[in-house]
Amino acid sequence: MAQSPITRAAQATPEPLARRIRGLSDRAIAWIFIAPSIFLLLAVNIFPLIWTIRLSFTDYRVNRPNRDIEWVGLQNYRRILTDSDIWQTMQATAHFLIWTIVLQVLIGFALAWLINSKFRSSNFWTTIIVLPMMLSPAVVGNFWTFLYQPQIGLFNHAIAFVTGADPASFSMIGDVALAPWAIVIADTWMWTPFVMLICLAGLRSIPESIYEAAECDRASKWRQFWTLTVPMVLPFLMLAVLFRGIENFKMFDLVVQLTGGGPGNTTELTSINLKREAFEKWRTGYASAYAVILFVTVFGLASIYVKALNRVKDR
Amino acid sequence: MSYSVSDPSRRTKWIAGIAVTLYAVITILPLLWIIATGFKSPADSIAYPPKIFFEPTLEGYVNLFTTRTRVNPEEMAALPEAQTWYEQIVRDQGQIIAGPSRYGERFLNSVIIGFGSTFLCMILGTAAAYAFSRFRVPLKEDLLFFILSTRMMPPIAVAIPIFLMFRNLGLNDTHLGMILLYTAVNLSLSVWLLKGFIDEIPIEYEEAALIDGYTRFQAFIKVVLPQAATGIASTAIFCLIFAWNEYAFAVLLTSGTAQTAPPFIPTIIGVGGKDWPAVAAGASIFLIPVMVFTILLRKHLLRGITFGAVRK
Amino acid sequence: MNINRMYCAAAALACVGATSAHADELTLCWAAWDPANALVELSKEFEAQSGHKMRFEFVPWPNFADRMLNELNSGGQLCDLMIGDSQWIGGSAENGHYVKLNDFFDKEGISMDDFIPATVTGYSEWPKNTPNYWALPAFGDVVGWTYRKDWFERPDLQAEFQTKHGRALDVPKTLEELKDIAQFFQGRDIDGTTVYGAAIYTERGSEGITMGVTNALYNFGFEYENPDKPYDLEGFVNSEGAVAGLEFYKALYDCCTPPGSSNWYMGEDIDAYKSGQVALQMNFAFIWPGVEADPKVGGGKSGYFPNPAGPGGHFAQLGGQGISVVSYSSKQDAALAYIKWFAQPEIQARWTAMGGASALRSVVEDPGFASSHPYAQAFLDSMAIVKDFWAEPSYAELLLAMQARVHNYVIAGSGTAKEALDGLVKDWVEIFEDEGKL
Repeated sequence: MAQSPITRAAQATPEPLARRIRGLSDRAIAWIFIAPSIFLLLAVNIFPLIWTIRLSFTDYRVNRPNRDIEWVGLQNYRRILTDSDIWQTMQATAHFLIWTIVLQVLIGFALAWLINSKFRSSNFWTTIIVLPMMLSPAVVGNFWTFLYQPQIGLFNHAIAFVTGADPASFSMIGDVALAPWAIVIADTWMWTPFVMLICLAGLRSIPESIYEAAECDRASKWRQFWTLTVPMVLPFLMLAVLFRGIENFKMFDLVVQLTGGGPGNTTELTSINLKREAFEKWRTGYASAYAVILFVTVFGLASIYVKALNRVKDR
Repeated sequence: MSYSVSDPSRRTKWIAGIAVTLYAVITILPLLWIIATGFKSPADSIAYPPKIFFEPTLEGYVNLFTTRTRVNPEEMAALPEAQTWYEQIVRDQGQIIAGPSRYGERFLNSVIIGFGSTFLCMILGTAAAYAFSRFRVPLKEDLLFFILSTRMMPPIAVAIPIFLMFRNLGLNDTHLGMILLYTAVNLSLSVWLLKGFIDEIPIEYEEAALIDGYTRFQAFIKVVLPQAATGIASTAIFCLIFAWNEYAFAVLLTSGTAQTAPPFIPTIIGVGGKDWPAVAAGASIFLIPVMVFTILLRKHLLRGITFGAVRK
Repeated sequence: MNINRMYCAAAALACVGATSAHADELTLCWAAWDPANALVELSKEFEAQSGHKMRFEFVPWPNFADRMLNELNSGGQLCDLMIGDSQWIGGSAENGHYVKLNDFFDKEGISMDDFIPATVTGYSEWPKNTPNYWALPAFGDVVGWTYRKDWFERPDLQAEFQTKHGRALDVPKTLEELKDIAQFFQGRDIDGTTVYGAAIYTERGSEGITMGVTNALYNFGFEYENPDKPYDLEGFVNSEGAVAGLEFYKALYDCCTPPGSSNWYMGEDIDAYKSGQVALQMNFAFIWPGVEADPKVGGGKSGYFPNPAGPGGHFAQLGGQGISVVSYSSKQDAALAYIKWFAQPEIQARWTAMGGASALRSVVEDPGFASSHPYAQAFLDSMAIVKDFWAEPSYAELLLAMQARVHNYVIAGSGTAKEALDGLVKDWVEIFEDEGKL
């Protein structure tokens, strides 16, 4: 194609008229359309980020306004990377991240697949299933502490009803072994619908003709599922995982309300730990270095992931 | 007879129906528990063992909207008859109404900030997504990844600079400040989703419009926007859900004037301890707008997300 | 440095503002809880008298410190009056967040001798035990215990306890006795439900477990520092007595608390007590009026007693707050007028009557006070034995270190008490070194 219709139309008309047709040039429009977003992101995200990076090389503390600020070089970074407590929070975060994603993908995909069979009233039940993700995570965390109460909460009594165990025999938030799962369950309850919706979108985007062709080839249903459905949904699923991964890496409100990081440091996720450093201990410089490390980690992981995602999409 | 190969059999549908219904019922239980708690008396809400059947009361809702003071029985007896039913409910707890609570204000703030930022985010996001979709933008892939990367920063990490910056600009604890902030946080999701939707709209429509004498801008407004409405609606849902429920920034950057409801709800205090029915009532009411919004746009949510999402 | 300049510019900008004399709108900041509502009522009188309007900014307890310290640290003008936690005094005084009140007290004839000495030290002074006042004691509070009197009085339980322990089932004199009682009730069937011993503070996120465990630590011999040498911690924070105290608290948690009480503070303890789960509850005295008024456990069914003694002494953890004028406020005159009004003996008496807790001696030493409420005597006895956490400018870091160490040992059960306290000494020394105090 040599010429776009616009240029063709423009060339065919006298100069003033062409101006009227074209209005602003494409290039100008492109920038006018993109610039506000970029500007806002620069102002609200990048500028503070640069500020944070600067602070990370200082011993600045917001609660000591009268004290001189000193450059401390890489000292903050060294302290963080050699601190074993921080590695523990990283482990807690990894546990939370991996299991929430695994569970949400499995359950979310299964639900989407079932709903896609378009049984009667599937729309109604879909709406019901989507409800938890509309709640505020802080409120959810808060309420799950209530639900997890062995004496007065619903969770233990429901489990007791099903299994016959004594509701007071276990404590989801109080037990070192169970607490990491308590936060995984609450988050999975809340966010599985998100993964489900995106999977559903993926399933519905598969043209029926592909299945018809497969049927003609006498491919079994099982084979169709693995060779057609899964690969076609994969990009969607990967996008869902990307967003959930980023969100849960930053997870703060739900968990802080639910366990406060306890028992001990069992559920002290990095962002809770970061908040303590930044807004409770007020070690601004140190917390900034911590924030930069977290950001670089997510950024690195996400960029590898997005490359993989693009490759899957291009296939 | 119309027959579709991918249409599942009757039996499959049955099994799917039962499985999904079962999941839905389990998943809705905690939510129903919250809603039910809103109608319990404070004593019932913390009943040990928990009560499934209880005498419903509006105490939680009344407590949610009022602040109250305890008065001793002699003073109470000296007071004139209660004027309203809600006054009566408060009196029955041995208290009098001291004034309205902050919940109404907080809720209104959430409406202004939530819907305001969603609206702004849709304008900016659609424009940017359109430009990324249709024009040759230098470093396109990098810019797109840059936009996505802004979502990776933990809010706490940038909260201190934002706090200081907002204070300098006079944006601290203002609606505008929060709207801009939430818009920025949501832009990444909306640009990414919307670009997918717009990619799906055939370019020929616009070209036809351009030949008809529309400017690029007019073509965008009159041709592309209506086509993208579905995608915009479903993206708007996600943006609204986020802005509506955001907690970390709200708790650190807002207080007196612009505080939204999420930092407020979990901490409603009653006599002595936490007023669970009022907390539950606050959470239930807070769910309504976003639920209505979602149900209204439900068709778009499912159909819309089918449209674009990730495909190139 | 640039950041600091920018930051100071913001603060300076905020500081410039006319000090007007008449009809101001004052904002008072405090925690969102019961007594705050009473203060709103009480303040109506001030509004009527002075013509000033009062606005209130109440922040829930879990966010109270973060939110308000953020406000103060950034030179914010939100609050004219601050009822800040006792531990903030050091930082707020040293960083100039609060207005020093000595001159004002002298001018208005307000004497700190009129207040309970422990509250003056706890809420007003910095440095401690020097006559430098940054606040007026506003709300006296202390950790004490609430118990189910109706259960204690049951003859069958009385008899069983007597045979088991050789003494009457009554208010415990020592912490060991308290543990015996808690153990006695743990898992017991009372009126068809299983009940538990005691609800104690175990919260991880803010300050809960520290406010609880200190009640055991103090009474077993824990000390914050060498009385003769400030900031000398070794052998005081982790003395043998301190270790025994920490072990006691863990033993109490393990043997005698409701399942799932791993992250409990004021609210959860109240819930557990009111719903009839526990026989004993550790909590701040501010809850007592609410307990007494409760339809289920109030009206004589509950009794109150101060924290029992231990082998190493007899103390109770101080709570409560003083009221200060924020130095960034442009309405300091009006704010001082409020304090002047609030300090009046009649207003202080009303304050206590309405659900506040005055620390004014004329109020609490009034012959009628001790018998005015079932809990009044316990409040007085507790107030006489208070001890507070660090009030250093770095209190938040000191507190967080303690939260983590203690929660890790008591709730998560990792390591030994000795290790936990040794670790705490290490953390605290590091903090004081950073501060240049060591």
